[in-house]
Amino acid sequence: MSLDPGFWALQTLNALQLSMLLFLLSIGLTVIFGLMHFVNLAHGSLYALGAYVAAAAATVGGYWTGFFLAPVAVAGLGILLYSGLIRRMRKSGPMAQVLVTFGLIFALLDLTRIVWGDIALAIELPALLDGRVSVFGIGYPVYRLFIIALGLAIFTALAMVLKRTQIGAMIRAGVDNDAMAACLGINVERLFFIVFCVGCALAGLAGAVAAPLLSVTPDMGLQILIPTLIVIVIGGLGSLQGAIAGSLIFGFVQTFGAVLAPQLASVLIYALLAAVLVIRPMGLFPAKG
Amino acid sequence: MKTTILAALGLATVLSMPASAEEVKVGLLLPFSGVYAALGNDIEAGFELALEEYGSETEATFSLMREDTEVKPPVALAKAKKLILQDKVDVMAGIVSSGVLGAVRDLIDGAGVPLIVANAGNDEATGAHCSPFITRMSFSNGQVNRPMGTWLFDQGITKVFTLAPDYAAGRQMIDGFTETFTAAGGEIVGQEFTPFQKTQDFGPFLAKAKASGAEAVYVFYAGGEAISFVKQYDSFGLKADLPLFGSGFLTSPLYVNAEGPAAEGVITALHYVPTIDNPENAAFVSAFLQKTGRIPSEYAVQGFDAARALIEATKTGASDRDSLANALRQVHFDGPRGTLSIDPATNNIVQPIYVYETVPGEFGLSQKVLAELPASADPLNGCAMAPVSN
Repeated sequence: MSLDPGFWALQTLNALQLSMLLFLLSIGLTVIFGLMHFVNLAHGSLYALGAYVAAAAATVGGYWTGFFLAPVAVAGLGILLYSGLIRRMRKSGPMAQVLVTFGLIFALLDLTRIVWGDIALAIELPALLDGRVSVFGIGYPVYRLFIIALGLAIFTALAMVLKRTQIGAMIRAGVDNDAMAACLGINVERLFFIVFCVGCALAGLAGAVAAPLLSVTPDMGLQILIPTLIVIVIGGLGSLQGAIAGSLIFGFVQTFGAVLAPQLASVLIYALLAAVLVIRPMGLFPAKG
Repeated sequence: MKTTILAALGLATVLSMPASAEEVKVGLLLPFSGVYAALGNDIEAGFELALEEYGSETEATFSLMREDTEVKPPVALAKAKKLILQDKVDVMAGIVSSGVLGAVRDLIDGAGVPLIVANAGNDEATGAHCSPFITRMSFSNGQVNRPMGTWLFDQGITKVFTLAPDYAAGRQMIDGFTETFTAAGGEIVGQEFTPFQKTQDFGPFLAKAKASGAEAVYVFYAGGEAISFVKQYDSFGLKADLPLFGSGFLTSPLYVNAEGPAAEGVITALHYVPTIDNPENAAFVSAFLQKTGRIPSEYAVQGFDAARALIEATKTGASDRDSLANALRQVHFDGPRGTLSIDPATNNIVQPIYVYETVPGEFGLSQKVLAELPASADPLNGCAMAPVSN
């Protein structure tokens, strides 16, 4: 094993970058669940769709067009899903919701296959984010640093909105006790709708960000779904701190697991998940105490 | 009046049917959905093309029945049963995934229906689990990689780090390379198998490869993993100091354009690339391009040659299950890949392997053939079966 500090710095950056990608995805899922008690398993498909929209838009107008268009397009689809499907399912209990959104995964998967085909798509990076910079004496891809910075920026922005603004207070009240919040005159349904759209937009953004790093394939949404669910279960449902903590734990366990114990790499995170479920079934930072 | 016309028409129909033609029912077992759908479509297109181009050489006619394996062994097994028992096919072709091949192997061997494998490369299928009814026109995992070990050592590279997904094919590909590379005198300084289809970020493994002191990296990845891997390898800037070699699926023409400039300079070995210089290949590439609008991949040529093997077998007069199986084991012809033959000891194909470099070309990326490594038959690997009967 290498004792070179550059090697470990590199791995730490890798872990951070994976964490931030998962954070973008899990924050939407966890807040939607916390506020609406609605498990949207199709969240991963929205991520895949974001990647496809970004790849398609990038061939026309370059990377940044895709980067900004993907969240908007996916939020648009979120509005359609919400008004056509999810609003009707609000009162129908978790099992029906899980089944409907699980079915949505396959419907959306086949839709992307019909529209974009089975062959993986590519996305070119803009010159600004291409190449490498020297960090602690090692060359690290700029794009990965960009993902880390973007994840931290979104985290800070969401923390500010939730802590300091009126809408943040309303969301927190809704997560804590939605019936009481409604009694106090908060339009909880409208709040749900806004949060759902923002969650969808973040999933689309995560797809657009992941596209140049990974390959854009129809099943990318399925591949990311399990890690995302693990993140929110470890972190605790419904909270921002839970999402960031869960993402960091997943990213570091996955990365350093692969470095230190490659044979155990795929099992470690599940073992940790089991341990969390036994010791703290509500997760590390549940939204409700 | 009306009845006369109808009678005449009926008579004309009967007369227009060739008297001695044998109808061969072919069951195509391919993934048309799931992760390997793109491969299934390419194999199907190649198969149809060969029937169009070479079908007139034989007296037999072919009717195709397509079934979707969905890359799921239980589904594929049910579909294979349907083809054998209900549709009563004379011969089957296809199978992309080795897992699917393993699932249907006993059924096919027991029912005595010949199967022409058009992709699945697991070594056992023509080794310990070989069957006189299973003939492979694609490749075996070891076959593609074995010649690369010696070749790479001859290029002056003595220390290599290997990477592959952690499943049977990944291990067989790397074992094939390691075997000849170490026999030639090379040293494997590090070896990692990444969780199959669970690894999206290769960063941690790339950092290990860089720190290992290797002179080159040899890998096997395919499909989405190959695209992610090649792009990430380039993004870390490893290509300059640590050249990337591998099994040719890494930079398959099917998806190399999704890898983009990151794939330039990667040197890999495969049984087919569209730029092989021979007249059969030139004709094949232009016919395939005309039919589908795409450059053919190795999967397309496997489908094409699977159908050609079937045509060659029927030319010997074979038309039922037993005679077709026997004839398929003795097939040999010159195709886009060069001179091909089936080794009757294992029923695996014997074919040359091409070392190629991915280079920028006229339409996206292209393949520059660096060397043609001579064909050699696979070792028996525990295969024991009845010899062909004449």
